[in-house]
Amino acid sequence: MANLVAVLATTHHPFFYRASTSPPESRPDFADEWVRKVTAYRETLTRANPEILVMVGSDHFHQLWYDNMPQFLIGKAPFYDANYYNEQREFGLPRIVLKGHEELSAYLLRQGLDAGFDLAFSNELRVDHSITCPIITTRPQADLPIVPVYTNIFAPPLPQPQRYVAFGRLLRRLIEQWPNDARVAIIGTGHLSLELGGPRQFGPHGPDPDFDRRAVNWIANGDIAGALAGVSLDSLWEPGNATHGFLDFMLMMGVAGEVKADYADTLDLFHTMEAYFTWYPKGADA
Amino acid sequence: MSKYLLNKFLFSIDRDPALVERYRADPRGTVTWWETERANIVLNLPEMERSTWLRFADDEREALATHNYVKLFELGAHPFLTLTLFIALFERDYPEPLGFQLEYARKLQHWSLPYPDITT
Repeated sequence: MANLVAVLATTHHPFFYRASTSPPESRPDFADEWVRKVTAYRETLTRANPEILVMVGSDHFHQLWYDNMPQFLIGKAPFYDANYYNEQREFGLPRIVLKGHEELSAYLLRQGLDAGFDLAFSNELRVDHSITCPIITTRPQADLPIVPVYTNIFAPPLPQPQRYVAFGRLLRRLIEQWPNDARVAIIGTGHLSLELGGPRQFGPHGPDPDFDRRAVNWIANGDIAGALAGVSLDSLWEPGNATHGFLDFMLMMGVAGEVKADYADTLDLFHTMEAYFTWYPKGADA
Repeated sequence: MSKYLLNKFLFSIDRDPALVERYRADPRGTVTWWETERANIVLNLPEMERSTWLRFADDEREALATHNYVKLFELGAHPFLTLTLFIALFERDYPEPLGFQLEYARKLQHWSLPYPDITT
């Protein structure tokens, strides 16, 4: 059976790449602390020595569009080109090519379908910064094969929050049952409170620091019941109009289960709070 | 209401560098051309298999033709699409970092929850 060596749930911030690679004279004043936090977080993945990364994220209206919108999709391709012109334009993100792991993709699709999730799939998927930001922060050498898992957190109607949790639980179970001795890490990125294109955007903190505190506690403590009781599809509009990205954190809580995170850290930035969580299902040195 | 078509316009312009510049320089002309020539093209189909029924409501067309992102918000265009495209259009005109984004937020300050429904 595969060895699930680490579960990482974090925010994805497309400004990190530019902030961390700019020459010192043009770096923002928060960049050094941000780099320190990310470097420490990266070590939580490195020490787990993974061989395959299952990457959970959400396409930001790049390849997936309203004419044909999947709710949960798994990529199955030998390679994934990554990042788009408008991400290069706005964030300075580089073009990347990631290797795929088709065997694990095929397994997850077959077993997921048989377990009651009618998953969409893609044989030619260009992934965006929801996948590449955590590559840049946690595995910048981009050397491991990936399985991209996309969720719809942008285009209503969305599945109910418990469905994201259930899908996370299923992903974990399937990977732990995969008849392969590979070392697998699951890395998912979402958002805490976030406003995009609304009156609360780009403030000195995230739009709802109180929500952020509650959300960080739910995640850090593995409090799935608390998170499910505390949010709904309707209530997630209130902390900020892009806060449905928290559903990807809820998916990752489903992966991690009702246990405290082995590593939890946050960074209060303008516009949004960064958050970094890692679990080691079999211990940090498994 | 054709929120889907508003979003399709924003999406189609945003992903094409030449169209971003064309829309910045000539918003009304670009909207007229796009509605006539491109609105009914299904993005994943050959052009000959186009739709026959998509058109803007008058207030939608006018909002796009005047770069009126406040009105687009009110009409229920997806705010992520509007923000991303309008940053590409106008961020360059502001000397301070985030200058445009903060003005954008200020111009929407009259809105409180609930915001306009973005469901298509």
